[in-house]
Amino acid sequence: MPRRPLPEPTPETREFWEGAKRHELRIQRCNSCGQAYFFPRPFCPNCSSRDVEWFTASGRAKLHTYVIVERGAPGFQDAVPYSIAIVQLEEGPHMMTNIVGVEQTPEALQVDMPLEVTFEEQNEQITLPFFRPRGAA
Amino acid sequence: MSLRMSAAIVGAAETDTVGVIPDKSALQLHAEAAFNALADAGITKDQVDGVLCAGQSPVAVAEYLGITPHFIDGTGVGGCSFMIHVRHAAAAIQAGLCTTALITHGESGRSRVGMGGWGQSPQLPASQFESPYGVAGAPTRFTIPFLRHMKEYGTTERQLASVAVATRKWAERNPRAMMRDPISVEDVLASRVIAWPFHLLECCLVTDGGGALVVVAADRAKDFPKKPVYVLGTGESSEHSMISMMHDFTESRAFRVSGDLAFAEAKIGRGDIDHAMFYDAFAHTPMYALEALGFVGKGESGPFFEEMRTAPGGDFPLNTNGGGLSYTHTGMYGMFALQESVRQLRGEAAAQLPDVRTSIAHGVGGMFHAAGTIIMTNDPGA
Repeated sequence: MPRRPLPEPTPETREFWEGAKRHELRIQRCNSCGQAYFFPRPFCPNCSSRDVEWFTASGRAKLHTYVIVERGAPGFQDAVPYSIAIVQLEEGPHMMTNIVGVEQTPEALQVDMPLEVTFEEQNEQITLPFFRPRGAA
Repeated sequence: MSLRMSAAIVGAAETDTVGVIPDKSALQLHAEAAFNALADAGITKDQVDGVLCAGQSPVAVAEYLGITPHFIDGTGVGGCSFMIHVRHAAAAIQAGLCTTALITHGESGRSRVGMGGWGQSPQLPASQFESPYGVAGAPTRFTIPFLRHMKEYGTTERQLASVAVATRKWAERNPRAMMRDPISVEDVLASRVIAWPFHLLECCLVTDGGGALVVVAADRAKDFPKKPVYVLGTGESSEHSMISMMHDFTESRAFRVSGDLAFAEAKIGRGDIDHAMFYDAFAHTPMYALEALGFVGKGESGPFFEEMRTAPGGDFPLNTNGGGLSYTHTGMYGMFALQESVRQLRGEAAAQLPDVRTSIAHGVGGMFHAAGTIIMTNDPGA
């Protein structure tokens, strides 16, 4: 298991991390322009409205782009090869993640393949969202 | 208000050597480059009233050199900071904030002497939403967008490798370049995978070194010993602080905005450019620059590089010092791109091109985070 550098939630991100503990992918939506967005901010990055709300995303996503790391970051040396990916959530926003539950090869990891969120508890405070091929559970 | 032809680079120099310099601190490299550039301009530090730098604080550099500035700018947004410094220096000179601006770069990227630490707060957005996934600096973040380019446009691994091959052909002609042995596409693809689809030879070098520039008002330029290099057009922009927040993974918005600003100010077309320096941190960065700056259409950079049009003998001479891939890459390479533009426009380059009248130096900051663009000319009547 890699030794992951874990985040310290801040006031504007706490809901995301609390949701992750409940295995819910909490992101935000603007009530003025309707755009869903990530990463967390108390206003809309598109239209600056402060009329924004949290909601639970479907967890469905597509693999947008990625690399397969052969030289791991500190704490990840024994985890190679591993993918670092950008997924596009069904609701629109992009997120960084690792693709899990699948061989870490260019053949197995096809751009645009359907994915779903899965959660992994790191400690009492932090649970991280990952993504796996949809229906692979 | 335009900066077109308002300022000129009248001093330009690098550190005595570039590459592996374990006996000099980052501040020493700033100073060595600064004194070399001042000597090139035929002036002393006492005539400098503007100090601009990145990596180290301009306060620290001014103190180290013994300068009391009227204008300081520590814009530090990565490797394109120096393009932005040229722009800011020209603006400051035009506004009367200073008369003689010194822009310095020094970085002990390889030996790490006198450098700050890597640590960053676990509360920063990147620490919360990227670091947990095993990103290890630039090789695993900067590279992430490219697979999307391959998917959208059919860009191939051979085309990516061609960038490194074309760049090495220029390095073969530059005695100061760190990597000078000829390489083939097959050699590149056979080198170790760092972060698929990127191989070792598609990643920049990690070196020590520095460079500095002296910028003055254009109407003073003829009073200095070297052939002046005039600032024709300038641009800067930024997009994101996390690669995962890039708007379109096939195009750098910061590149496009910065490039468009520079060309609009220069009042010249893409076809008027004789020589180009596109910051090559990884083999895909010049591809993204070629497209975003409008030299080719979207998705057309792959065949362009594969046809060796940027290599010696090609119709688009690019990264003629050997680039960050083969010449040197201290961490914030943009200064070296500017230096080569100046050398080509003066007629002093190791791989000198004939009849260079215009040059563009385009830099990236961070992982497509920011951009800076400077278009230069040696024609005082431009």
